Parts: sequence; C-alpha cells; structure tokens
Amino acid sequence: MTDTPLLEISDLNVRFDGERTVHAINGLNLSLGQGEMLGLLGESGSGKSVTLKALLRLLPPKRTQIDGSIRVNGADIMTLSGRRLSSYRGGEVSMVFQEPALALDPVYTIGDQIAETVMRHRGIGRKAAMEVALDMLMKVRIPSPERRLKNYPHEMSGGMRQRAMIALALSCRPKLLLADEPTTALDATVQIQILLLLRELQREFGMGIIFVTHDIGVAVEISERVAIMYAGNIVEEGSTRDIIRDARHPYTRGLLSANLHNVAKGTRLEAIAGAPPSLETEPVTCQFAPRCPNALPACEKGLPPFFVPGPGRRVACLLENGATAD
Amino acid sequence: MLVYLLRRLLYVCPVAIGVSAICFMLVHVAPGDPLTAIMAVDATAQEQEAMRAAYGLDKPLPTQYVIWLGKAVQGDLGKSIASGRPVAGEVIGAVQNSLVLAFAASLIAFPLGIFLGFLAGYFRDSWIDRAVTTVAIAGVSLPNYWLGIVLVIIFSVTLGWLPAMGAGDGAWMWDFTHLSHIILPAITLSVVPIGIVARTMRALVGEIYSMDFVQALYAKGLHRGDVLRHVVRNAAPTGLSVMGIQLGYLLGGSILIETVFNWPGTGFLLSNAIFQRDLPLLQGTILVLALFFVLVNLTVDVAQAIIDPRIKRS
Ligand SMILES: Nc1ncnc2c1ncn2[C@@H]1O[C@H](COP(=O)(O)OP(=O)(O)O)[C@@H](O)[C@H]1O
Ligand code: SF4
Ligand SMILES: [Mg+2]
Repeated sequence: MTDTPLLEISDLNVRFDGERTVHAINGLNLSLGQGEMLGLLGESGSGKSVTLKALLRLLPPKRTQIDGSIRVNGADIMTLSGRRLSSYRGGEVSMVFQEPALALDPVYTIGDQIAETVMRHRGIGRKAAMEVALDMLMKVRIPSPERRLKNYPHEMSGGMRQRAMIALALSCRPKLLLADEPTTALDATVQIQILLLLRELQREFGMGIIFVTHDIGVAVEISERVAIMYAGNIVEEGSTRDIIRDARHPYTRGLLSANLHNVAKGTRLEAIAGAPPSLETEPVTCQFAPRCPNALPACEKGLPPFFVPGPGRRVACLLENGATAD
Repeated sequence: MLVYLLRRLLYVCPVAIGVSAICFMLVHVAPGDPLTAIMAVDATAQEQEAMRAAYGLDKPLPTQYVIWLGKAVQGDLGKSIASGRPVAGEVIGAVQNSLVLAFAASLIAFPLGIFLGFLAGYFRDSWIDRAVTTVAIAGVSLPNYWLGIVLVIIFSVTLGWLPAMGAGDGAWMWDFTHLSHIILPAITLSVVPIGIVARTMRALVGEIYSMDFVQALYAKGLHRGDVLRHVVRNAAPTGLSVMGIQLGYLLGGSILIETVFNWPGTGFLLSNAIFQRDLPLLQGTILVLALFFVLVNLTVDVAQAIIDPRIKRS
C-alpha cells in the first residue's frame, strides 16, 4: 500500500477543438509520492492549469479530447462519473486557484462555502460543518475566525481570501492538493506568508502537493522536486537541488539565469528571447528548438526522448545524448 | 441598512417633484385648447372666459402648478372635464384594474420567463437555447395588440370559450367570471415581459456559468444541483431588478391592450382622456402612474440591496 504512488499520470494528451485547435498537453508523464511536494514550473500557456484541471476532470467534455491515464492512489480517475466523481473532487484531491477573488462565490459567506463542502463530503449537518469551517479558518491562521466565517469574499483582503480558499480546499483532508499559482496575484510579503503556511499545513496534514508557478524562485523555495513544462510537456525533472546546481535543459538554464539576473528587480521569466509555439499542430520536433541557443540539426528531425543524467532525473534534450556517454 | 433606506427615500423627493412638474407641463405644451371638446360650439367669448376661470385655466402657469400640486398632495386631482366626476376616484378605480391585470400577467410572465431563460442559459448554444431565443425575440417583436385580436378571434369569436371585452361586472373579485375575463388580456400582456425576462436570464445565467467560481464549485465536489443553487443566488439581484422594471411597465397599463379588450384600467383611462382632451384626468393619471413607477423602482432597489451582499448598505 505504501508504495502505491499518490499520483501517476501516463501519456496524457489534451487537445481543445474549437475555432482554433490547441494541443495543450502532449504525452505528459508525471508521478508523485505520498506526501510529496512537487513544483510544476513553466511559462504562461505551457499547460500547467490544463494539467491540473484534467486531474480534477474539470475540462469541458464537449470541446476537449483527452487520452492517457491518470491514477490517484491506484484508482483510475478517467472513468469516474456521477457521485463518485463528486466525492473524488474536493474529497481526495482538491484545488486552490490562482485568483481567490474569482474562485469564491461572491454572494455566499466564507463559512457557508466551506461548510457546504464539508456537508457534501462527510454527510454531516450544517452546525457541525460550521464547526469544521471555524476550525479550518483557525488552522490557516485567519484572525478573529468567528467573525470571518460570516464575511463575504469582497469583505476580505487578497491574502485573507487565499487563506480562506486554502481552508476550503483542505477542509475534507484531501490526499493531494493542487495549487495553481496560489500566490501570483498577491503582494510579495503576503506571497511568502502563504508559501510558509502551505508548507506547514503540508507537514501537519501529510498531503501531497503540486505547486504550480511560473516563478522559478518560488518553485525552488517551496518544493523538494521540480518539473519544468514547455509546450504541453515536461522537459526536465529532478530534485530541486540538482536542478539548481546542474540544470541540463537549455530552457531550464534560460529560466535560471533570467531569474538570477532579475532577482533584485523581482521581474518575471520572459527573458528568454522568442515566443512559445502556438500548439496548433501536434509537436513532432523539439518545441524549444526555435528559441534554443544550442540547437543541433538533429533537433528539427524528431521529438527528443528522455535521457536520465542521474537518479530521479530526466531531461528531454538531444544534448544529453553525448553527455550520458561521458 | 436603515441609513441606506432613509437616504434612498430622500432621493425620491426631488424625483417626485420633478415628475409632477413634468406631468403638469406636458399637458400644457400640448397643442389645442382643452376646453373645446366640452364647450358648446357657439359659446360666446364671455362664456369661454367663465369656463376657463371655473377650471382655473386663466391664471399664470406657475400659479396653476402650485394650486394643482397643493390639491394633489391632499388627494384632490380636480374634476374630470368629460364626466365631471373627481379625477382621484376615476384614477384609483383604473389603477386597481390595471394592478389586477399586471399581477395576473406577471404571474404568467415571470415564472415562464425565468424558466425559459434558465433553460436557455444552462443549455447554451444547444437547440433548446435557439428555440427559446427565437420564442423570446418573437414575443418582444410581435405587435401584442395584434396577438390580442388573434386570441379574441380564436377563443372568443370562434370557440366562444372566453369573453372578449371588459373586466366583468361589479368590483373585481378572484372568482370564475372575473378570471375568465382576465385570461386573454393577461396572456397578451405577458408576452413582451416573457421575452425580456427570458433573454435577460439567458444572458445572465450563461455568464454566471462561465465564471471561474463555478468551476471551483465543481472542483470542491458539489453536485449539479448545488451549483445551480449558487447560480440562482448570483442571478437573483439582477433578475429581480429586471422583473421590477417589467412590473413597472405592466402597472402602467398598456393603452393598446386595454383598448383592444376594453379593460377599464389606466391605459384605457389615458386613451379616453387623450381623445376627449380631458386635461385634469390626463394629468392625474400620468402623475399617479409616474409616482407608481418611482415607488416600484424604490422597492426594487431596496430589495436588491437586501439580497445582494455586494451592494454597500452604508
Ligand atoms: N478551455 C480551453 N479551451 C481552449 N483552449 C484552452 C482552454 N484552456 C486552456 N487552453 C489553452 O491551452 C494552453 C495551455 O493553457 P494553460 O494550461 O492555462 O497554461 P498555463 O501554463 O499558463 O496554466 C493555452 O494555449 C490555452 O490557450
Ligand atoms: S533538443 Fe535541441 S533544440 Fe531542444 S532543447 Fe535540446 S538542444 Fe535545444
Ligand atoms: Mg495557469
């Protein structure tokens, strides 16, 4: 039981059909152990949110083609439906959204929004559920929680709302928390407080977390392991230490050096020249090639496979072909 | 909340005064002499003057306004030139009839409009949505007096099921005879608000369903019914105000529909007052209708403030 991974995504493909076709996720593999914190890193549009939404089966079924397999604690979640899907969402896996001001219902109080979740999942009465809500607000350290229970989202500050959102997400003790850029919309100081809070709660509850961010500094700060996404797939993965010390993929290196240059100014990562691909067609070559400073002729000929430069690491870049021979 | 209420009430005063002044002026800028309709064709200049003085029409306009307003606040809207009866009594009787009709039409229009709008918004871009939208557009654009005439031809003339004219004998009661009189005019009157409410609700519901928090509600494991409840709560304030405005229009009575069905409401009264150039009656009716509208708006605003937590109440 203990060696069942918490999450196993294999060969996930997500394609949106609409006025414009978007190959948002292309053959993504990812796994996560029990209680592990993974940083999922990538530029805007690289498919981070789509990955998380696929995990919660939140993508609009009509316009979305999904295939591949997603298993949580060994159970296939692609086939869940009806009541079982509802109890999986928010019960086993839950999500914190980027913009709490938009993710909370504006006309319900915080207490009601937490309590209704608890009532659904545990089948308890409203009064008991409110107790749980109060307890959760204390756990996320919201001052005067009794009063805050009766607040509407617009009556709270951004940081407070995100704490409430975290309280909501954790109220049913999920095994896996998906945090989709939970601090991007917040001020720097509040951002750090939320990061510390998440790490603490993770220790206390022992859940696994996928922490999505486009800020490599944040990813490094919070997670034991990071996976870097580009154009709908992971291009490099490894322990945080290894990645910082010895990034292999040119994209990761670009991110790191851009970040090092700009730490003081706090600017974002868009320092790598060029723009990400449009994803209108299925990728058949290295998607980073047009922007890659190290591109080889072979890079335009096919998809680079994963190379394993060390334990717990993988890199999708042809440069590793020679490197592993060392 | 109390402060909000008081402030809102205070805002009503200048509006009400403005409305009364406009009512008063409207009639005076209309061309034609109001007395010609009732004056004998061969009346001498002297007789005309006497008549004018009797109705107070010889004084300067501001004086006439102040006198008129002073009496109006005491419930005296003057006498109808055509019938000689007090305007207040006639208007109150007509308002009651229009209220009953408006109420009956709302009873049909609001539940149906809300239901259709929700259906279309929920199944956005499906055939249901297209069907509802077509019906709504047809409802808004069909001339409703024409629909009234068609209904009369079918149900009164051909089938003989329902009466075509009037509100039934005696004072209004919710009994079978009176109800059978109200069915056709109420249906006719409800068509436009059905279309408007349905279209508004469709847009509103569609918009709410595409908001981020709906996805977040699903993400926390709520069922479809729970999410629907959230959507309803979010749609309620706007939906309510649209219905309030529609109710305001309905209360004003429809001149065309009341005329088609000979329904003795404010619309009917207005059209009589206009055709007979009955100045006091026209003024009184318009004034009461306008104040009614102000009152309905006030009620809607207050109700909206009560149910929508986002509106600041202080
Ligand atoms: N519902 C959708 N319909 C169509 N395209 C979508 C949808 N959601 C996301 N996309 C597209 O998928 C790609 C990945 O988006 P996303 O996962 O949101 O990126 P990010 O890494 O910034 O979270 C983008 O090109 C985006 O436009
Ligand atoms: S595979 Fe080639 S183009 Fe892609 S990152 Fe590596 S070197 Fe650059
Ligand atoms: Mg995103």
